[in-house]
Parts: sequence; structure tokens; C-alpha cells
Amino acid sequence: MPAPSLNVELERAELERAELEQIELDLFVQALKRRHGHDFSQYAPASLTRRVRQLVHAHHCSSITGLTARLLHEPDFLPLVIKGLSVPVSEMFRDPQVFLALREHVLPVLASYPQITVWQAGCAQGQEVYSLAIMLEEAGLYERSHIFATDFNPDALQRAQEGIYPARDAQLWSRNYLLAGGSQSLASYYSARYDFIKLDQRLRRNITFANHNLVTDKVFCEAHLVLCRNVLIYFSNPLQNHTLTLFRDSLVRGGHLCLGLRESLDFAPVAADFSAVDANLRLYRRSSQLMAEARDGAA
Amino acid sequence: MAQPEAIAIGCSKGGFNALKLLLGALDPRLPQTVLVCCHTASGTGVLSGLLASHSALPVVEAVERQPAAAGTVHIAPGGYHLLLEHDQHFALSVDEPVCFSRPSIDVLFSSAADVYHTGLIGVVLTGANRDGAHGLAQIRDHGGIAVVQAPANAEAATMPQAALDISGADYCLPLEKIAQLLNHLCLT
Repeated sequence: MPAPSLNVELERAELERAELEQIELDLFVQALKRRHGHDFSQYAPASLTRRVRQLVHAHHCSSITGLTARLLHEPDFLPLVIKGLSVPVSEMFRDPQVFLALREHVLPVLASYPQITVWQAGCAQGQEVYSLAIMLEEAGLYERSHIFATDFNPDALQRAQEGIYPARDAQLWSRNYLLAGGSQSLASYYSARYDFIKLDQRLRRNITFANHNLVTDKVFCEAHLVLCRNVLIYFSNPLQNHTLTLFRDSLVRGGHLCLGLRESLDFAPVAADFSAVDANLRLYRRSSQLMAEARDGAA
Repeated sequence: MAQPEAIAIGCSKGGFNALKLLLGALDPRLPQTVLVCCHTASGTGVLSGLLASHSALPVVEAVERQPAAAGTVHIAPGGYHLLLEHDQHFALSVDEPVCFSRPSIDVLFSSAADVYHTGLIGVVLTGANRDGAHGLAQIRDHGGIAVVQAPANAEAATMPQAALDISGADYCLPLEKIAQLLNHLCLT
């Protein structure tokens, strides 16, 4: 163990290093916002810091400041930064029990509407959008459904539209599909070629892929189901609440909201406007006017 | 030397048995936050439930946005990376697996080092891959203390050996001695 005086030195040097990195990170976030209009200031810092460090490493910069300089001066650099700061990772029918619950509890409600609107916010590379399309197809509802699949990462949206994925994922996804109550074989929805699978392009017929930023963009549809899984975990409490407010205002009364399995609404005041269909599965409904009034009356 | 604020423990293959023994031998008066990343964690709260009956300290699954509590063992939920914010509240991520693992020990250690700086003890136990080695190096870089289970004593030696190779350790001990060491470092 170092001597006590050394420890004090060490501690001071460590705090100085941390403070310097924080300044660099703040400046990077400000540059991204002022130069390109992308606002990450309300992202939860731990993951953002990790991703920014990964960018520094991936682009062989010597520091975050080096990254900021490129962001300011090289017009072609922004897409690489956006790609590095967004989450492209998902699976088809990820957490099959959630999709099973959607199939069993939500689709029958959707079936009561003449036209069905679904919004998947933060669709990344589209795995869950196609999962939804398949479920609606199998329930005989797809012809009268429209799915808006949005993301702020143009690269991910492009990939989502293509619907081409590594073949090595197909085994897990097929298992997920069956656990989610799939009535056929997932293979009937894709063609395999070499190391890739390509989803049946017919599934795309009622999907609109669009760029939408949950931080800055507004309500654009009246949805019966909003799916946004594992996106809000990257947001600070105020931004999480802001986004949930956006979802509430985008949903019809009684419309469903599906979040990621480990997302916590404990610090989101707007959660009071939703009631749990299955709290463990993070499946909620926008409360009806009557329920809201009853709650306010009781309060 | 100031008392450490937190202990971060990482393990994989053989980790459940090792954790049973280690947590079981920790002093119930420990005021530190204990963070655990075990690759074999799966479904909701399974590992925390199983470990709770073996630990004198309360064992719970870490919940996003909730604070890390003193004197409590927090387990990273399966399928998510566990991180800490500077205000010592938990954050989760579904970023790509590290060393094929999510939760990843590297991610937890690195994030905890950012928050606790010199006040962190990192512990790498048994495991069959190399996750945790770089995270432990980061803990040391930030002035924290590194403890590694002696590879010969581990059910799977790869993980502690990788930690020794890449990060080195302040203490390399058999499992039985690690709890003693932690009790000593944390209570005196």
C-alpha cells in the first residue's frame, strides 16, 4: 500500500483527471448541439460517457477534445458520431413473453378499431418492427394496420428498411418467435442467402420508416400502441418524463404502451397517467378520462 | 487511508458458489455498497433471491434510477449492463455485449471507478472468459484497490488469470481469505 501522503496525491490527481474529462465531455455535447442540432445534454451520463470514450478509441483520437475538433470541422464525421451514440442492438421477438402478452392482451383490443396505428419509437435496425408486423399479420389485422417506425439514426433506419440480418441470429429469433406464440415457423418470413437472412419485403407494406428525435420532435400520430423498449434507459429522469409525456399525448385513451423489461417509472410523474396491464412486463395503458378523474378525485 | 466506499465483484463460471461463500463471510456491519456482476445471472431476480439466503447483508437486484444503498449487495440484472451515475444511482444499458457478456464486468468496474475513484475495491473471482481484466485495470488507474482470486483456487482460472495478466492485483488470495481481507479493509 502507498504511504498516506502518496494517497492524498493520488486522490488529487484522480479528481483532477475526472474533472478535466467532464469538461471535455460537456464541450463535446455542446458542440454536437450547437453545430449539428443534436441534443444529448439530457442523456444519462454514465452510458453517454462510455460511448463517447468508445468513439475516441475507435477513431484514434487522443482525447474527447480531439473528437470534438473533428465533429466541428469535418462535415462527414457527424453520421459516424450519431452511429456511435445510438443503440443499434436488438433481437426479433426479444423477451418473447412480452410479445406473447401483446398477442394475447393487446391485439384483441386493437382488433376493435377499424384502423390501427402503431408507433415504434427508437426502432434501431427494425427487428422489433418486423416482429410486430408478423404478429399483426398472423392475427389477420395487418391489412388495416399502419406502423410508424422511427429513429434518430439514419444509418439504423436504412438498415431497418433493408431488413437484412446476420444468419447467425436466426436460430435465437426463431426460438423467440415460437415462445412468443408464433403459429408458423419464422423461416417462412425470410429467405436465407449465404450468411444473411432477408425478411419478406411484403412485411414492409404497412410500415413507414421515418426520422424522429424523441428529444426534440413532437407528436405526429394518434396511436393505439406505442412500443419503446430499452430507449428511455439512456435518458435522464427529466428527459424520460418528457418522452413519456410525448407517448401519452400520442396515444388514444386506453391506448397501450410497452417499455423495456427493466425500465423504472419511479421518477416519472407522468406515469400517473398510465395504468399497468402487466407491470412486470412493463405493459401499460393510457388511463381513460374517467379513470383520471376518479384518481384526481381520490387524491 | 480513507475507508473504501464500495466493493465491485465480478465472476462468471463457478461464480454462484464463489459468491455464496464470499457474501456469506462478509461482516454484516459493512457500510459499503457492494456491486456484483455475475454472467450466469438470468431471469428477474433469480440470482439475488438465491444469494439472499446465504448473505448477512441484504441482496437485491439493482434497479435503474434507484440509488445504490450502503450496506447492501446489488446484483446486475441479466441481459443488461449495469452502470452507476455520479449521484450513485443505477443506470442500465443494452449496448453490445463485452466479451460476449451482458452484463459485463468491465462495464460495471469502469463505471464504478468513475464514481468512487480511489474509494473502490474491485474483486475478480472465478470465470471462464477474460471479462473484468480491463475493468480492474481501470479501477487501479483510478487509484482503487484490486483483489483477484488465486487462479489455482478458482473453479475456472481463466478470468482471474487474465485479470492478473492485464491489470495485476494488490492482493491475490484464495476465496476463503478474500472475505477476511474485505472485512479488514472496510471496517478499519
